[in-house]
Amino acid sequence: MRHLFAIMSVCLALFSVSVQANEQTTNESSISPNSAALIAQLAEVKLSKTLPVLEQLEAVGGAELLPLFTTLLEGKLYYVKASKQIVAVEKKGSDYLVSDLFSAQLLGAMKKKEIKKIRVNNKLRVFLRQAIARLQIKSPEPEKRLIAIKALYGSLTDSTIDTLKKVYPDETNLEVKEAIELAFALYESKSPLAEKRLAAVNGLAESLENEARNSLTYLVENDSDKKVQMAAGAALKKINERIEFYDFVDQLFFGLSLGSVLLLAAIGLAITFGVMGVINMAHGEMIMLGAYTTYVVQLLMPDAIEYSLLVAVPAAFVVSGLVGILIERGVIRFLHGRPLETLLATFGISLILQQLVRTVFSPLNRQVESPLWMSGSLEINPVLSLTLNRLYILAFALLVFGLLLIILRKTSLGLNVRAVSQNRSMAKAMGIRTDWVDAMTFGLGSGIAGIAGVALSQLTNVGPNLGQSYIIDSFMVVVFGGVGNLWGTLVAAFSLGVANKFLEPVTGAVLASILVLVFIILFIQKKPKGLFPQKGRAAE
Amino acid sequence: MKLKTLAAGIALSMGATVMSFNAMAAEDTIKVGVLHSLSGTMAISETTLKDTVLMMIEEQNKKGGLLGKKLEPVVVDPASNWPLFAEKTRELITKEGVDVIFGCWTSVSRKSVLPVIEELNGLMFYPVQYEGEESSKNVFYTGAAPNQQAVPAVDYLMNELGVERWVLAGTDYVYPRTTNKILEAYLKSKGVAEEDIMINYTPFGHSDWQSIVSDVKKFGSAGKKTAVVSTINGDANVPFYKELGNQGISSEDIPVVAFSVGEEELSGIDTKPLVGHLAAWNYFQSVDNEANEEFIEKWKAYTSDERVTNDPMEATYIGFNMWANAVTQAGTTEVDAVGQAMIGQKSPNLTGGMAVMNKNHHLSKPVLIGEIQGDGQFEVVWETESIVMGDAWSDYLPGSKDLIADWTDPVKCGNYNTKTKTCSGQNY
Amino acid sequence: MNQLMRFTRVHGDSKVAPFVAILVILTALASLGNLLMPQDSIFYVSTYTITLLGKYLCYAMLALAVDVIWGYCGILSLGHGAFFALGGYGMGMYLMRQIGDRGVYGNPELPDFMVFLNWTELPWFWYGFDQFWFAMLMVLLIPGTLAFIFGWLAFRSRVTGVYLSIMTQALTYALLLAFFRNEMGFGGNNGLTDFKDILGFDLQSDNTRVALFATTAFLLGLTFIISHKILKSRMGKVIVAIRDGESRARFLGYRTERYKVWLFVYSAMIAGIAGALYVPQVGIINPGEFSPLNSIEIVIWVAVGGRGTLIGAIVGALLVNYAKTKFTAIMPDGWLFALGAMFVLVTLFLPQGLVGLFNKFKGNKPDNNAGSHALEPKATEDAKA
Repeated sequence: MRHLFAIMSVCLALFSVSVQANEQTTNESSISPNSAALIAQLAEVKLSKTLPVLEQLEAVGGAELLPLFTTLLEGKLYYVKASKQIVAVEKKGSDYLVSDLFSAQLLGAMKKKEIKKIRVNNKLRVFLRQAIARLQIKSPEPEKRLIAIKALYGSLTDSTIDTLKKVYPDETNLEVKEAIELAFALYESKSPLAEKRLAAVNGLAESLENEARNSLTYLVENDSDKKVQMAAGAALKKINERIEFYDFVDQLFFGLSLGSVLLLAAIGLAITFGVMGVINMAHGEMIMLGAYTTYVVQLLMPDAIEYSLLVAVPAAFVVSGLVGILIERGVIRFLHGRPLETLLATFGISLILQQLVRTVFSPLNRQVESPLWMSGSLEINPVLSLTLNRLYILAFALLVFGLLLIILRKTSLGLNVRAVSQNRSMAKAMGIRTDWVDAMTFGLGSGIAGIAGVALSQLTNVGPNLGQSYIIDSFMVVVFGGVGNLWGTLVAAFSLGVANKFLEPVTGAVLASILVLVFIILFIQKKPKGLFPQKGRAAE
Repeated sequence: MKLKTLAAGIALSMGATVMSFNAMAAEDTIKVGVLHSLSGTMAISETTLKDTVLMMIEEQNKKGGLLGKKLEPVVVDPASNWPLFAEKTRELITKEGVDVIFGCWTSVSRKSVLPVIEELNGLMFYPVQYEGEESSKNVFYTGAAPNQQAVPAVDYLMNELGVERWVLAGTDYVYPRTTNKILEAYLKSKGVAEEDIMINYTPFGHSDWQSIVSDVKKFGSAGKKTAVVSTINGDANVPFYKELGNQGISSEDIPVVAFSVGEEELSGIDTKPLVGHLAAWNYFQSVDNEANEEFIEKWKAYTSDERVTNDPMEATYIGFNMWANAVTQAGTTEVDAVGQAMIGQKSPNLTGGMAVMNKNHHLSKPVLIGEIQGDGQFEVVWETESIVMGDAWSDYLPGSKDLIADWTDPVKCGNYNTKTKTCSGQNY
Repeated sequence: MNQLMRFTRVHGDSKVAPFVAILVILTALASLGNLLMPQDSIFYVSTYTITLLGKYLCYAMLALAVDVIWGYCGILSLGHGAFFALGGYGMGMYLMRQIGDRGVYGNPELPDFMVFLNWTELPWFWYGFDQFWFAMLMVLLIPGTLAFIFGWLAFRSRVTGVYLSIMTQALTYALLLAFFRNEMGFGGNNGLTDFKDILGFDLQSDNTRVALFATTAFLLGLTFIISHKILKSRMGKVIVAIRDGESRARFLGYRTERYKVWLFVYSAMIAGIAGALYVPQVGIINPGEFSPLNSIEIVIWVAVGGRGTLIGAIVGALLVNYAKTKFTAIMPDGWLFALGAMFVLVTLFLPQGLVGLFNKFKGNKPDNNAGSHALEPKATEDAKA
């Protein structure tokens, strides 16, 4: 298969020159000679002179320029050094697959040296995005029309409004219709006539879009007409009230999201520390191992990043779990009943594990990619959007929590674990293999820490210090919630997360964490066994 | 009884320590100290520089060493522990007898080393962009001062992108604090209003950026073009950029220009959502230059194919070459002679042109601004027409605008007040 | 009761004298070796070694402070680095004020970092620190007060075992974050540095260094003797009783929380002194000292040396730090492996630390149990909690 491909690409490269000649003649029909001349200039002008060329292009051309603009925006527009032909280039491994800009027909593979990229900068991207929007107002797909109109809110010119006026009567999609109406209102708000401005205020009053708010603010501050000013003021007040509510929802989401991260990080510890009483300082490193497992999984399946996390979750569970069992069998079982000494030994282990990943994977952070379905955000309205990765992690944390609860409540392993944690000697007398249960419990806790690592790899650095940054928080959550109580851990994680996020805007990030810590310290003085103390004789 | 023997044991071991500390190595090589953290939080950035120095030493030895002697690296690990930096410096100079030290990354590590290196009259090359406000007789600063990085970057945003509203976001330590102070004064001098500047500090390794990014988004929705000037340090950048990407802030809406994000940091991030965000440095790996290509090739051969190069590496490269030239020129490794020979020393930049060591122990270098690309590299979109001289004391801070550094006669002072004509804060 | 008797047997007067004697002799030898011997003599002790030894002795004192509460009272503090750092900041502020107008900006009143951040006047909490006696008082009082408040709250509401350890960790972590903030007025991440002189003596001269080293040795000896006396006294017996069975001690009518609070305060003050001595010798104090990892390390020194023996703590601190110095130079890439492995092996095979091993080696079984063995029943209670 691979040979075949190689041969094919060599052939393509050999024939590309002749093919190019043919392609050019067939495609130029749709591009006017004026445009073609301008496009050719792109290969020659300096970066700072590209913008005028593009502006002229937009002036003379039409929708047929769309592929040029989008390719340039994506940074895939190149020219062939020998022929100065402008082409689209897709990088595949070390090869550069060259295709015709307008027909999208593959022209062949080239070496890096044969082609040169046409550079874009931020300024050009801003222009391109708007030019594309202007071209897409008439796109057959309503989503594209909507995006196009929204992109133009900030730069409404007479000609754009004219175009919008032309398309408005035929528009069937309700959302697009509303967007166009808003565009009209935005445009009218700058009208010299007071009545028009007043009418525009009504049009703007219902919208949460930034531009609407900015126009209203402008009117409130600068309008010469008292009536317009008052109307704008009233509308603005209403909008701000709505925004306040959404801000509150936003903050709540931030808090819950932080809480879910804390929950994931702490829940494994709730088992090893809470149920077994082992102060596992290497807990953070179990999380780190999970994150590195994700990295390795992605290395092994580079073509299926979308599914990599689904593989990484069980893989991380197994890796961290096995390491956990190894630690339990190798070290912790000899320290049974001496929790403070397990602290020392596991601290040593954490140092070793950190240095181990440093040696194996280098001290640099590793790149873990986010699958597409986890990127971006769920837009509820212009002022409230929830980031997808955090939404999934929130759901995932709850799922893991639920599963763990089921394992502990409904399985025989769970029964054994609870029995051993309540009364070891009695459990032993009843024929429970306490050794085995210990190993499994520790493995379970570590495995869950590994799963947390998979989730964290989507949010933060995957590096040797990953674990350290979560260890203290994890302990706080478990202690605050009440050792040995999973529900306590859940409540503690979410309440600390939410408290932190509501404090942050008032006090700043650092002071917020300090206040939360001080609160926990004081709280523990009041209720030394945490939010939900374990009851019964076992707790004494 | 037992304790007596035990105490004797301690005595013995302490005695052994004393003895071994006294053993001096024979003087047949030129020793080069490498003082970069290989463990702890800073290992992430600093190990690369250790490798760079080792590579340069190997190169130099292939060329026959210096003054007919081979160079011998002495690597120690200060473990991202600041007092340990001071201790290791003392160890390198008095125990190992090194002739020069290449080292430090963070400001605090440099501040910790400073008294020791001045007391023992050592020689150090510091290769990282930093806040300025310092010039020591014994240190050569080959990284950028704020006027070689921050100020040109802000100029670019203001003039080329028409930015009117500014978010100065940084990690809460001295480099961002100073840089932001300078930028704030600079922006105000350019007529930017107080309410158009938002300043935000976060702790080291901050990982939950939700609220701050959403604040930035709100700040940027006021209708004026907004940009973020980021002095966020190392580890905190990955979650910051991830959050930016996820909250849908693209470089066209709110560009972020960073002073601490280079190729190395980007190698840990998926940069596709970040295309178009900016960074200002004196060097980018992507710069088309023969010397650069050669350097990259050597680096990849020395380490591995996937490794990237970055600005502090170039600073190390320039510093090492200048030191080697100065030693050859002075004919000795003696610190004062080399220090004098260093001033005015020229060495080629990897991006073309010559870097010059000035009287204030800072370099003149070109300033480049690059945009992040999808492959984790930068593409230069702007550069200064000529080299910019590093300013040890910022002109925009009230406390330091009258201070200059000049290590030639007759001033010979790192903080000389041009108004009162006095030299303050010197330890000798 | 039996354990108490063992305890008194181990800590007879005969054990203090040799240690103090050796400390005095070594200090004298090292000091004279530095000041009187020519550089090329084999008896010459370099200034590098003197500062290094001085630093080790500060750590030893810190370890002693932890051992007093952990080894004898069962209070495992994972935040003792906080008291050490607070003492260090007290000294650092004094040294900072001593710089006067010799700072880089030449401001007679404000330290450099304040000028740097455009502060116009000295914050109130810096007042008085230009006086040595005041600063030294604060070095004792600030850690002491913090320990008192924390201890009073915690011990009164009977927060014990693992909970207490985690809370001390939270305490030092909160302080770490607080001191990182530049607004606090303690120099932020850079901390306090660039000290010039102490009591008018140049900090960089060999004489001052030797004097600091000797002072540290002297104070280590002194705190060692005092701690020994306290723990040998009637109060000390109650303290050990609290460790071995707090409820029982309480039922016998002792106000256990009071004993614990005062011991905790005493220990925090020793840590503060150690910190104050540490700063002029290493030349910098910054929030990194508050890091929870540092505090865990202290506990490890004690464990390695052997807890509940005072001398074990000192031996542990010296040995671990010596090992660290050596490892970071010999095997910079792999020293964490060695250090980590050392911790694991010591906890596994030397539950009583090196002192325990030493006693075993001497074949004197009964004595070595004073420390850790007695902890175990207590520890099991913690495990269940």
